[in-house]
Amino acid sequence: MDVINNIFLIGRQIIATVLGFFLPLPVVDAVIAIISMALVLGFAAVTMMGQVYVERRVLGFMQDRKGPNRVGPFGLLQIIADAIKLLTKEDIMPSRVDRMVFRLAPIVVVATALLIWAVVPLGRGMIIADLNIGILYVISISSVGVLGFLMAGWSSNNKYALLGSMRAAAQMVSYEIPLVLSIIGIIMLTGSLSTVSIVNAQAGLWFVIWQPLGFVIYFISAVAEINRSPFDLVEGESEIVAGYFIEYSGMRFALFYLGEYISAFAMSAIATTLFLGGWQGPILPPYIWFVIKAWAVFIVLIWIRATLPRLRVDQLMGLAWKVLIPLALINIFVTAVVLVPLFQSVAK
Amino acid sequence: MLTAYGYIAIFLVIAIGFGIVPLIISLRERQTRPDPVKLSTYECGVETIGPTWVQFRVGFYLYALVFVIFDVETVFLYPWAVAYGKLGLYALVEMFVFVLLLAVGLAYAWRKRALVWK
Repeated sequence: MDVINNIFLIGRQIIATVLGFFLPLPVVDAVIAIISMALVLGFAAVTMMGQVYVERRVLGFMQDRKGPNRVGPFGLLQIIADAIKLLTKEDIMPSRVDRMVFRLAPIVVVATALLIWAVVPLGRGMIIADLNIGILYVISISSVGVLGFLMAGWSSNNKYALLGSMRAAAQMVSYEIPLVLSIIGIIMLTGSLSTVSIVNAQAGLWFVIWQPLGFVIYFISAVAEINRSPFDLVEGESEIVAGYFIEYSGMRFALFYLGEYISAFAMSAIATTLFLGGWQGPILPPYIWFVIKAWAVFIVLIWIRATLPRLRVDQLMGLAWKVLIPLALINIFVTAVVLVPLFQSVAK
Repeated sequence: MLTAYGYIAIFLVIAIGFGIVPLIISLRERQTRPDPVKLSTYECGVETIGPTWVQFRVGFYLYALVFVIFDVETVFLYPWAVAYGKLGLYALVEMFVFVLLLAVGLAYAWRKRALVWK
């Protein structure tokens, strides 16, 4: 059982020992790091494909239809067919766009979505870089993501695209504050910004028990941050026809979708790490627990998408500034006055 | 710690590559048959009127201003939160005053209807 639980760590140990015979130590560390990065990247890519499939199927069942079920068994190969189609599609670059920025924007979106994975602990000791400011890193990377949307909207030289990207900026900027404030309670309880020590601190009780209000605020603002329904005004296909990526086609268009799914799962992974105990759990191996929890959060995202209608712009901004931020401030106070002393006495 | 940031730098390069590689693959596979109509700006079939890059509504700017204030606040709150468990009452009172000032600012912006989307 112990071998299965730590299979990745054992594998790393074996590779390190073998390489250690004929390479200096820093080089071995770098090679190990690059291998684990490739694994994380592969995990993110496979998860992304799974997400597209599961979202379409689950959404289909929730809306009383079947979803893709023709290509391969249960429609499992649909995503492969889509990928091939998108790769071979004509990539139209309208004549009036700002070419340089237009080309850069999708890459910025994908890269920022992926970078969050660097500090997500996928299991015990399974993390690319255990930064001591891990949470701050996540927040700053996700605010760089806004830049990609702005670049896409501005460079398209299209009024819908510009409107969409301005909405995206206003929305993401507004919801970033409750998001950041909701995490402060957890930092106070752990006394650390490192994702690894936050997971370790949840060995007894998950932080969702200690911070129920914080979790709700985090979840709502995270859904808004990744522009998913019911906060998908940024795309709003019925009013601004897909918003910032209206002029994109072919593979560049696909990259935006890729970025959206990767950041949706990264957000689920961060929610798991912060509030749902990360990889902690009984019997099953830690990395399995992590995958189960993150997928559960993602399924809830799909469920929300199938249930709730889109908000209006004024409701959206009002919710962030007039409800979530005051609630988050109250949460910080309650945590500071009541929960931290309680938590410390329990920990002793 | 420095090596951790080195890994982040390597991962940044890999992440950018993750975006570029599919584009390169599709460069080989895709077809390109441009024509003037196809390359025109798509605004639901109607020809575009006037320039796109115009002055934008001031409402967005107001939100941006309030955002900057609160973002700076949170940057101050993070180190405070990390040290809170050790500092105790003094930190609590100090933060209370600090957040109160900002809450007054939020109330002011609210009162002045800066948070109303028109």
